[in-house]
Amino acid sequence: MVYTFKRGTHPDGNKEHTQDKSIEILKAPEYVVLPVSMHIGAPAKVLVKAGDTVKLGQMIAEAGGFVSAPVHATVSGTVTKVEPRLHPNGSKVMSVVIENDFNDTWDDSVQPFDYENMTQDELCDALMKSGIVGHGGAAFPTHVKVKSGIGNIDTIIINGAECEPYITSDHRLLLERPEEIITGIEILMKIFGVRNAKLAIEKNKSNTFERIEELLAHNDGIELCPLEVKYPQGAEKQLIYAVTQREVPSKKLPADAGCAVFNVDTCGAICRYFTLGQPMYRRIVTVSGSAISNPKNLEVRIGTPISNLVEFCGGFVRDPYKLLMGGPMMGVAQFTTDIPVIKGTNAFLAFDKTGDLPKPTQCIRCGRCVDVCPMSLMPTYLYHMNEKNNLDGLVGYNTMDCIECGACTYICPAKLPLVQGIRAGKHKIIASQPKK
Amino acid sequence: MSELMKVKVSSSPHIRAEDSTRSIMLDVIIALMPALAVGIFVFGGRAAVHAIVCVLTSVLAEYVYQKLMHKPIAAFDGSAAVTGLLLALSLPVSAPLWISIVGSLFAIIIVKQLYGGIGKNFMNPALAARAFLFSWSGIMTTYTAIRTKLPLFTSTYDVVSSATPMAQLKLGVMPDASAMDMVLGMTPGCIGETSALALVAGAVYLLYRRVITWHIPVSYLGTVALITFLFPRVPGQNFQCMLAEICAGGILIGACFMANDYTTSPINKRGQIVYGIGCGAITILIRYFGSYPEGVTYAILIMNATVYLIEKATASRVFGHKVKPFEMGGQGK
Repeated sequence: MVYTFKRGTHPDGNKEHTQDKSIEILKAPEYVVLPVSMHIGAPAKVLVKAGDTVKLGQMIAEAGGFVSAPVHATVSGTVTKVEPRLHPNGSKVMSVVIENDFNDTWDDSVQPFDYENMTQDELCDALMKSGIVGHGGAAFPTHVKVKSGIGNIDTIIINGAECEPYITSDHRLLLERPEEIITGIEILMKIFGVRNAKLAIEKNKSNTFERIEELLAHNDGIELCPLEVKYPQGAEKQLIYAVTQREVPSKKLPADAGCAVFNVDTCGAICRYFTLGQPMYRRIVTVSGSAISNPKNLEVRIGTPISNLVEFCGGFVRDPYKLLMGGPMMGVAQFTTDIPVIKGTNAFLAFDKTGDLPKPTQCIRCGRCVDVCPMSLMPTYLYHMNEKNNLDGLVGYNTMDCIECGACTYICPAKLPLVQGIRAGKHKIIASQPKK
Repeated sequence: MSELMKVKVSSSPHIRAEDSTRSIMLDVIIALMPALAVGIFVFGGRAAVHAIVCVLTSVLAEYVYQKLMHKPIAAFDGSAAVTGLLLALSLPVSAPLWISIVGSLFAIIIVKQLYGGIGKNFMNPALAARAFLFSWSGIMTTYTAIRTKLPLFTSTYDVVSSATPMAQLKLGVMPDASAMDMVLGMTPGCIGETSALALVAGAVYLLYRRVITWHIPVSYLGTVALITFLFPRVPGQNFQCMLAEICAGGILIGACFMANDYTTSPINKRGQIVYGIGCGAITILIRYFGSYPEGVTYAILIMNATVYLIEKATASRVFGHKVKPFEMGGQGK
C-alpha cells in the first residue's frame, strides 16, 4: 500500500547530489549567533548579558509566553554581544553572540531524564524547557503541539516525506540514525498516551525501509507508511489525509482531525533530550544547489554562520545568483551568507544564473494550476481576483485556505507568479477584517 | 560582514516546470501535421497554400495589432500560428485565398485581440472565423471530389461539388465512402478533417505530451457515439452509423483540437466533462434536426459561451470544507 493525497505535482527531485552522502559533523564555529526568535510565537527573553560565561546547553533566553520556546547556548564560551542581527527572515532580530572556547563544557542542567517513570504532565513540563521546535521548517514549538493535542488525538504521524527537491537531511537521518527517531516516537506516544503512530516516508527513500521494519518488529503500534513521491506530500494537511484519509477542517488544527504531526528530526531531538538531557542545540542541514562545489549533509550547531557551511562544502563553484534557506518550492531567498543556521533550517541552497526565472505572460487558462492544487482551489481565479482587488471573490473562493506550497506557480506554463499573488490576496483579506 | 553578493531575492517557489506557452503551442502544431499532410495528399498543393496563407496572416495580424496598440509582442508564442493552422484545416480546399486572409484577420483581430489577446477570448478564434466565413455559404459548402487537380493560387469557380459523408447521412443514407476511406481521409470534406487516423495520431501525441487530457475528447466523442449508436440516422445500421458520424465530418478535429482549446474550455476536470457532453449533444442535435449537415462548429461555439457558468457550477469542494466554494452570490462557506 502506498499512501498519497489528491492532486499535487512532480518537481525534479535533484536529491542525487546529496542522498548518498553521509552526515558530516561540522566543527563548532568560533562564534554562534542565536536569535531570540527561531520559532513561531513570542520571542524568547534574553537571560544573559555581554561578558557572561555560558556553558553548552545552558538556557540563555527563556520562553516569552506559552507559544514560544527557550534558546540554549550551542557552544560553551563567553557572551560577547546581545544585539540585533540579520535573521534569515530578512529583518534584524535581537540575538545573543557567543564566542566559542572550544571546550564544549556541558551545563549542569543537562541530565538524562528517567522518562520511563515520568507522568504525562512531568514529560510535558520537561519538554517546555527543551527548546525543541518543529524541525521541518515552520518551527512551531513542540510542547505547544503536545499540550494542545493531549486527549484530542489518537494518531501520531511522523513526517519523513521530505518532498522538497534537493533536501536530503531527513533521508540521511532515517538511514543513519533510525534508532533515535523511533525512540523519540515511543516517547511521544507515551506523552500523548496513544497507541498508534505512523512513520510516513516517501518511496524515494525506500533504502531506509528494511532497517526501519527491523527496528519496528518489537513495536506493533508504529506503522511504516510508504508515500507516493509527490509534492507537497509533506504538507501537514496533505500528509494527514494521505495516511488517515481525514481532512483537517478549514481554519482548524491537525488535532481537530485527531492527529499530531512531527518531523523525523524533531523525534530525534526529543530522544536526545530525554535520554541524554540535551536541549536543542544542533540539527542536520543539507547544503546543495548548482553553485555549491561539493554538496553535503551536515550536522551543525544552531547559530553557525551559513558562510561556514558553504566554506566547508568547498565554497561556491560559480557566482551564486540565488541563495535559499530551505527548499526551492517554499524556501526563503537570502541576500547574504552572513546569517545563522536557526532551528528551522533544513537546507541552504545556492544556484547559479541558470536558475533565473522566466518572464510571466498572459494566463492561457490551461487549468494546470487547478489540477495540481492540493487544496482544490482555483489558483488562476484567486490570482486574477487579487489583481483586481476583488475582495468578495477572494473570500468566496476560499483564498485563506491556500497553504502556499507553490505548486501552481511551479506548473504554470505562462510563468505567472500565482502563489505570490494569492499571498498578497491573503494579506488584503486580513487587512480588511476588523481588528479583534 | 562578508562582501555583498549580486543575488536575486524573490518570493517562493524558486523553480518552474519546463513547459511554457510556446512549447505547448509547438506541440499542438506538431500534432496537426499528420492531418495537414493527409490534406495535402488528398486535396493537392492548394491545401498547403491555404495553410501557409492562414498562418502567415494570423501571425502578422497579431504582430501588427500588438505593435500598433503598444502591447507586449506575443505574436510569436505559437498561438496565432495554431489558430491559423486550425482555420486552414477547416476550410474547403476550393475556397479562394482571400477567404483564408479574411478568416484569419477576423479570428485574430476581432475574436482574439479585441478581447485582450491570448487567454482572454471567450470563443475559439478559428471556429468563430469559420462561422463568420459561412456568410459566403456557397464557397464554404462546396467540397471538391478527392484527388482533383486544382490551381494552386487562382480562384476555382467551376469545380464539381461532391457529396460529403455528412451530406449523405443528412439524407438518411449510408455514405458512399467505406469505413476505411473515412479512417484514412479519402473522402470529400474540409482540408484537415477527413482523416480520422491522422487526427487521432495527433491527439495521442498531445495526450502523451500531457498537453491535453482525455476529459473533453472522451466525453465529447463518447456522447456522440452513444447517441448515434442508440438512434442511428439509417435505421438498423447502428454500429456503422456511429462509426461514420465520428470518423466523417469535423467531430474528431473538433473534439481533439478545438473543443479543448485551453482558453475557451473549463479549467477544471469535472467542468470539462460536462462541457464535452454538451458539445456532443448539441453537435448531434444540429446534425439530426438543423438545416446544416454539420454541427461541430456551432456546438463548440455555443458551449464556449457557457464555460464560465460551468466552471462555477462544477467547482471542487475545497479541502477541509463541507460545501463547494460557489453559492449564488459568490459567498462560499
